Amino acid sequence: MSGFVRTLRLWFAPEEVRREGATPDYRFSLANERTFLAWLRTALALIGGGFAVDQFLPDLRWGWRVGLALALLAAGALCALRAVNHWVRCERAMRRGEDLPESRFPALLSVVVAVVALVMVVVVLVGWEG
Amino acid sequence: MSGPAAGAPARDPGLQPERTRLAWRRTTLSTTVVAVLAAKAALAGGGTVAGVVACAVCCACWLVFLRIAHRRIRDLAAAVAPGAPVPGYAGGAVLCTVVMAVCGAALVWQG
Repeated sequence: MSGFVRTLRLWFAPEEVRREGATPDYRFSLANERTFLAWLRTALALIGGGFAVDQFLPDLRWGWRVGLALALLAAGALCALRAVNHWVRCERAMRRGEDLPESRFPALLSVVVAVVALVMVVVVLVGWEG
Repeated sequence: MSGPAAGAPARDPGLQPERTRLAWRRTTLSTTVVAVLAAKAALAGGGTVAGVVACAVCCACWLVFLRIAHRRIRDLAAAVAPGAPVPGYAGGAVLCTVVMAVCGAALVWQG
């Protein structure tokens, strides 16, 4: 739990990440920042998808519509939190000269997106639109 | 690869600061899309108090994100070898995104 709190503080505390290790080539830091922003855009796209499901599929049954929209919004929030966590971990690993952290999150997100897409196909084909 | 002309400031041939600036711009644009969708959801919800409040919070998040991106872009332009962003920027940007998602959930639930 203390490790989690420490990481949480790193998300917002400017100086703590820089306290350890050596400053890497600034281009690596910028590449890490762009990766973080790309993940943040993915999160925003999921949130936008949640809004879109709610707004542009009015014929869908209430349960399906709200459930799908909330799932997409939750995935977006999770993706954003993971983005900053991964960014801090990568930055720290670069400063310490360690290997970059490995992550199962991309695979997990791919599977979730694929499942949501398949469910949508089934919902539209079978015609459960109320 | 020819070096920069004598006297000119050293310029990264990979244009890393420019690419990072454009990445911030793209992300700001994505935030704008979400804010517009939130406004549409609030309008479609019939203008209830909860809907208007959620929409206002989304718009405030959009403004904060705009400010964070603007400050980061200014820092990138000012430094010759800009370092990692102050983590407060990253944390703030993510906080805005998460609050937008929560407001979206409120809008979807009550709409």
